[in-house]
Amino acid sequence: MGRFLLRRLGFALLLVFVVSSAALLLTRLAPGDFTIDQALTLDPAARERLRAELGLDQPLAVQYLSWLRGAVQFDFGRSLLYSRPVSTLLSERALNTAVLATAALLFATAIGIPLGIYTGSRRRGLGRSIVRVLSVLGISMPPLIGSLMLVFIAARTGWFPVGGMSSAGGLDLSWGPWLADLATHLPLPALALGIPLAASLERLQSQAIAAASHEQFVTASRARGLARTQALLRHAWPVSLRPVLGLYGVMVASLFSGSFIVEVVTSWPGLGRLMFEALRARDLFLVAGCAATGALFLALGTLIADLLLAYTDPRAGSGERA
Amino acid sequence: MIRRTAIFIGVLIVLALFAPVLAPYDAGEAFRDFLHAPPMRPHLEGATPVAHPLVLANRMEQRFEADRSRTVPLPWFGESGVPVFLLGADDFGRDVLSRLLYGARTSVGLALVATFGAVLIGALAGAWAGYRGGWVDEAIMRVADFVLVLPVIYVVLVLRAVLPLVLPATTVFLLVSVIFILVGWPFVAKGVRGIVAVERNREYVQAAQSLGAGHARIVVKHLLPACAGHLLVQATLLLPAFILAEATLSFIGLGFPDPIASWATMLADAGNYNAIARFPWTLSPAIAIFAIVLATNLIASQRDSRDSESY
Repeated sequence: MGRFLLRRLGFALLLVFVVSSAALLLTRLAPGDFTIDQALTLDPAARERLRAELGLDQPLAVQYLSWLRGAVQFDFGRSLLYSRPVSTLLSERALNTAVLATAALLFATAIGIPLGIYTGSRRRGLGRSIVRVLSVLGISMPPLIGSLMLVFIAARTGWFPVGGMSSAGGLDLSWGPWLADLATHLPLPALALGIPLAASLERLQSQAIAAASHEQFVTASRARGLARTQALLRHAWPVSLRPVLGLYGVMVASLFSGSFIVEVVTSWPGLGRLMFEALRARDLFLVAGCAATGALFLALGTLIADLLLAYTDPRAGSGERA
Repeated sequence: MIRRTAIFIGVLIVLALFAPVLAPYDAGEAFRDFLHAPPMRPHLEGATPVAHPLVLANRMEQRFEADRSRTVPLPWFGESGVPVFLLGADDFGRDVLSRLLYGARTSVGLALVATFGAVLIGALAGAWAGYRGGWVDEAIMRVADFVLVLPVIYVVLVLRAVLPLVLPATTVFLLVSVIFILVGWPFVAKGVRGIVAVERNREYVQAAQSLGAGHARIVVKHLLPACAGHLLVQATLLLPAFILAEATLSFIGLGFPDPIASWATMLADAGNYNAIARFPWTLSPAIAIFAIVLATNLIASQRDSRDSESY
């Protein structure tokens, strides 16, 4: 277990290092730099002065090494776009994305798993058919489409605010009202992100529990006189969890990909949108910082999913193929 | 599964290829008097499908009303000089249906090219890794694993964003296809490698070897056919993923430039919520994308249920 953790930690560090370095170098090598927006208004000499001031005229190697030296001390430089330290900017935005992703994940779990157990333990019936149809529709509703549809519904009905994370002036509110304000803004993006996940969880849980309920020990527990629901929940469900938890590892990456477009459509001030703005503005250090944070989240997410998997199935932790 | 996939992809190709024939108007043709015109309901008059022409009822609200006293034939059934919008018009007065059909050319065309490329490269790389084994295998699979860990859309985003932001449409088409192939091939390669690594020890491969067949011939003629099922499954998974990736790129303005009709540029135009609420028909491309993803999911679930029955 210890070796497994160490190896995963090493992989996480490597991922963060490679991804953020690649992002920095690619952005640096890309045509144009941060001053390109001022190219029309500034004369060439002034633009050169600005570039020198921002340190953009230094050779690639010098820039990269000084960034790296700072990064190992958790100093990710200053954002040119926002004129603020990258690290404070990142922690704000990463928190917003984490709130969104957690809400979506909780929603998906709360809806998908129970419905999956329900449909998987039944061979026919109206309820099962309805859930199956809904779930196929849900899987086919990727976050881009889902968020546009929900924005449409919200704009038509006024049930939810259509964008952003807080109402105008919402930031000045005290704790209670601020939280309530957040709670009205959260459902739309969280649903857009969570619906396809809930649907895929439902499908997988349904298949897994259907397969598990045919196991002999489940039949045996029924023969000992255990009620159907009891046998299902106590004996079949734990076994069926293994493939389901495996999906959580994959879902971390899809949460990340999905949250980007949801953030753009619903103006949720998260990490994905920040990275997009940084890329467009050629804000070197901000791009690298976003990439590093993203890679860290990703590695942590897959690590947690792996640990959960190891907890339910000892074979996975030892590196043995299950 | 194979027949369904073939029919589905065939229909998409036909729709995209024959867009100029099927579309009533040109994708860029703007009817300045009909900005945001709503969809017109067609009905039959004798044997000809017709619709009531639109009249501007209120310029301030941009509200149209159907003129019930007159009818005009649908554009496929005769000239009338009055435009007929079956799916409404967008903010430039362009016919949404025509743009949807032309948009299929860019959106679906790009996804098809990228899918084909990713499957081809993935199959070759995976087969080579599985067949050769050793360090070749190790190297190819390590790279594949690394790409698989990353969230695809961010890789696409970074690769696209570091290129010049404004490019001509054909360059965008090529560049984006290449980027998609770069991120798509490992999904194919992994499974192919697994199959080939098992299959190369089977008797028919040894028979081919003892008959003097070269490595390339064994891989292409004997081993890759064994992967056909896997390749098909991966293709049906990659196609909607690429359509969505292109949609994401174009939606944020890093894909095709505006006058080009692509589903996502249409969505980006529709994108602000005020417009979405008042002119919902501009969301038709979202329905089209949803339909394609749904179709591929149905094809895939058909395969699942057949697999689980065979246990």
